[in-house]
Order: sequence, then C-alpha cells, then structure tokens
Amino acid sequence: MGVAKAAEQPPANSRLRRFLKPEALTGYFLISPAVLLMLVLLAYPFVLAVWISMTDRVLGEPGKFVGLMNFLKLLRDPLFQRTVWNSFVYTISTVFLKMFLGIILALLLNQEMPFRNLVRGALLLPWIVPTSLSVLTWLWMFDSLFSVVNYLLLGAGLISKKIPWLGDPFWAMVSVIIVNTWRGLPFFAVSFLAGLMTIPKELYEAAEVDGAKRFRQFWHIMLPLLQPVIAVVVLFSTIWTFADLQIVYVLTRGGPINATQIFATAAYDVALAAGRIGEGSAISLFLFPLLLIAIILLLKHLRRE
Amino acid sequence: MRRKSLRVLGRAFGLWLPLAAFLFFALFPFYWMLISSFKANPELYNLRANRLWIATPTLEQFQELFRKTAVLTWLFNSFFVSFLTSMISMSFGIMAGYALARLKFPGAQAFGLATFITYLVPTTLIFIPLASVVQKLGLSNSIWSLVVTYPTFLIPFCTWMLIAYFKSIPKDMEECAMIDGCTRIGAMVRIVLPMAIPGVIFSAMFSFTLSWNEFVYALTFISSTTQKTMSVAVPTELIRGDAYFWGELMAASLLGSVPVAVLYSFFMEYFVSGLTAGALKG
Repeated sequence: MGVAKAAEQPPANSRLRRFLKPEALTGYFLISPAVLLMLVLLAYPFVLAVWISMTDRVLGEPGKFVGLMNFLKLLRDPLFQRTVWNSFVYTISTVFLKMFLGIILALLLNQEMPFRNLVRGALLLPWIVPTSLSVLTWLWMFDSLFSVVNYLLLGAGLISKKIPWLGDPFWAMVSVIIVNTWRGLPFFAVSFLAGLMTIPKELYEAAEVDGAKRFRQFWHIMLPLLQPVIAVVVLFSTIWTFADLQIVYVLTRGGPINATQIFATAAYDVALAAGRIGEGSAISLFLFPLLLIAIILLLKHLRRE
Repeated sequence: MRRKSLRVLGRAFGLWLPLAAFLFFALFPFYWMLISSFKANPELYNLRANRLWIATPTLEQFQELFRKTAVLTWLFNSFFVSFLTSMISMSFGIMAGYALARLKFPGAQAFGLATFITYLVPTTLIFIPLASVVQKLGLSNSIWSLVVTYPTFLIPFCTWMLIAYFKSIPKDMEECAMIDGCTRIGAMVRIVLPMAIPGVIFSAMFSFTLSWNEFVYALTFISSTTQKTMSVAVPTELIRGDAYFWGELMAASLLGSVPVAVLYSFFMEYFVSGLTAGALKG
C-alpha cells in the first residue's frame, strides 16, 4: 500500500489533481447523498427562513420585503416579551433540575447492586417512549377533576387542598417544568454514569485511604473529572429545551393566558394557526443566536480536549 | 453486629430509598397509562373507587378505539415511515461515516463539522419554511413528506455514530484486501461493514425510535387523518374540543408506546453503550 500510494502522489502545485485523486473521488461519491439532502432540506430552508422573516407574508400571499420590521415589532410586543421570559424560566429551571438530579441518580447507579441493568433500563423509559404520548398521560394525571397527582398528594397528607395544575399560570409553569425534567432526566443520568465509569477506581480508593469523606471525594475528585461530560450534556439540553415544542403544545398549548407560551409554541401559533408566516418565522429565528452561542462554546470545548 | 446494622441502614438511605423514589417518578406515568386503558368508563371516572388498581379489567377502550378511529392506519404509517427513514439514513450514514473515518479529501473536515452542527439544529428553527419547501416538492399532506425530511436529522446522527465505530476497526485488513485487488468500496462493504455491525444496528434502531417519536414535522406537514403517524394522530385526532375520552386516549398512547419499548428492551445493551459512546464523544 505504501508503495502504491507513493506512486499515486500527484506532482506538486497541482490543486486540481488533489480533488481528482481516486481517494478523493470516492470520498465525494460517498458523501454526496448526505450533502444533497442537507443542502435542499436544511441549508435552503434556513436561508428561506431568514428571507421570509423579513417579509409580511401571510398564508396564501407571498408578501413583500419589510426589512427588520417583524423583529422590531416583536421586541416591543408585551406578549413576545412574556414568551422570551417564559422560555428562559422553562429552560434554566429544567436544565438545572436535570443536571442536579442527574448527578444524584448517576451516583446511585454507579454503586454495586442486584438487577442493575434492569433498574437502568427502567429509568430510561421516559426518554424512549414517544414524548407526545407520554405527555398525554401527564395531561390526564393533571386533569382538573380526576388528577391522580392530587389524589396521591392528598392521600399522603402532603397537601390539604387540590392543586390547580394546568389551570393556574404559576402551577402550569411548574407542570411543564416537572414533565420536561421527567422526560430529560434519563439522558442526563446515563451520560453522567458513563462519565463516572471512566474514572479509574484507584483514584478514589487512594482518597479513601487518606480518610477523605465521601462528599469531599465527590467534590474534589469526581466532579472535576465529570465536568467535560456535564458541560456537553448541559449545552445539548439547553438548545433542545429552548426549542422544545411538544411538551408545552400537548400539556398547555401555551396557556393559561400565555403563562407557558415559549418560542416554539408561539411560532407555531402565529405562523400556522394564525397564518402570519413572516412574523412566525421571525419568532423561530430568535432561537438562532442561542444556537450559535451553543455551537461556538461546544466547538471551543471540543478543541480544548 | 452494630457495624453490620449500620451498614444495612446506610445502604437503605444511601441507595435503595432514593432509587425507589426515582423509579416511582420515572415509571408511575406508565403504570397510570396502563391501568387507565384497561378500565371501563364507570370505573375510570369513579372518584370513590381505588384509583390505583383495576377492579374489573376490560378491553372496552381498545374495542372502541379500533371501531371508531383509524388507529391501525396510524400505526401502519408510523411503521412505514420509521422503517423506511431508518434504512435510508443508515445507508447514507454508512457511506458518509466511512468517508470521514478513512478517506482523505479536501473538504472532509468542513463536511464533518457541518454534519455535527446540523445534528444540533432544532427542527423548530426551520419548520415554517420547510413546510413551503415540502409543498413545492408536491409532498404536503402525505407521509412521503416525512420520509424525505426525517433523514435530515437522522443522517448526521448515524454518520457521527458510525465514524466512531469505523475508526475503532484496524486499517490493516481492508488494506490487505485492497492489495489483493479489492476496490475501496468493495473493502468497505466486505471487510469493514461486517465488523461494524453493532454500530450499524444501533444507529438503525435509534433512527427508528427518533422517527417514531418525531412530532414537529409531522404536526406541521400533515393534516389529513389517514396520513398521520401515531405521535401526532393521538393528541390531535382523539381530542375533539373539550371532550376528552381518557380511556381511549390512554389505550392509544399505550399502543403507540409499546413498539419502541419492546424494540428497546431487546437491544438495551446496545442502546446504553451506544448512548454512552455518543455522550463521551460529545
């Protein structure tokens, strides 16, 4: 192979040759379907999104160019300000909860126990099952009249009167946060567990000999070693939570009185339910700067490794 | 003696009690889905009955569901779309993943970066213009719109998953095959692919699950009842106005959840290790 390669070596300064080498041609052939599909159905729609967001297009009419009007109008709109606020509350609280509970769960699962695989498998279920269907179950569990959550909490004596889960602005936000945490926690826990399992056992055995307490062992040895995995998982989850549609769509449709309206549900309502496509596209595009920041952070992080 | 009972206590508070709480939180909704779908309406809406158990199990809700709705069509649509898209994405993912893992060509790095970034792009960022692209392609309101669009997020996933697998296979064997007269593609298909089977199975299976669960595109592109997939049909077709038929809704949710849960239980080890590899690789 080495000899063959040397013989194929193109003469210097021939850029065209580099693209036409058999190896390069094979490479282009192999990536062409993926590239084609991504250009037509990802890159082009993205450019189109930027264009549409700068028009006043409504359903059935092409609309005309209005520059940044949609964005400026949105920024002054109290309803959109509410949407931005809600999106941040929703994302920050769920990502924090998933991270915190995920670390605890990973530490639990990292211990020796019988049926470990079964337990791990059962805990992953919320993440595997179709979200729209499991959220329907939560909708039924939060039902104003038949809520089984209230039934359990009342039965256990933890509350003295029914909680209006989806009927009250505050509790509706609590509900969507609970459900998002429920769905996303398995991904956090399993990723953290994978990170924990790569830490060599000798490292904390040595610390035990030194008499370090378990918490300090966690704080000074495990957490710093786990930090890269935590960073990546948190970044991924932040993007996905900001852009989430289905949990809020199925559970509250953004209500009551827009108390749980977030970017995706607002974009859906404005563009597809109300037909104001230009404005809806502009709402969607507010996700882009966040995505960009996340990508830059992630690339920096990966380069460092 | 005392030391031993202390250890048992420590184990209970340090492991089993918190683990039981997590398990309850994770699994109770599924239990509730299950028992709600096997109760008849009088029992389902009886606040005085023991709500956590079934007094008289019945298949009534399922019978009603099959009689009144197109649930079989929706299940078929889900299977059709998920199977086709996972096969397409796996094939294209194998090709692109092999190219990135083994071949040197100008632009390879840029392409790798592009697939990585598209893996992060949320569907809600482009679903509005994509709806008009789908319309221009003449596919709106048909399951073919999903067959075409799902690979856009599945291919990047499969590609990244398979790069890792291909890189773990030693180069010597395919180089030997190529000296013996095998072409690059021949070596890939005959030598490398059989060794990467676990990665191939995992990415196909995971793609199947992602397609089965997809919601945003299916909700946006399709409005006719007969073209919907389970994940969208159940919340949009079975809820009419303010009337919620919870028994039927839970029965349908169960039917839509079981296929992926079964698939997953068969391949759990692949799943966990694949997920783990993905998380560590970042």
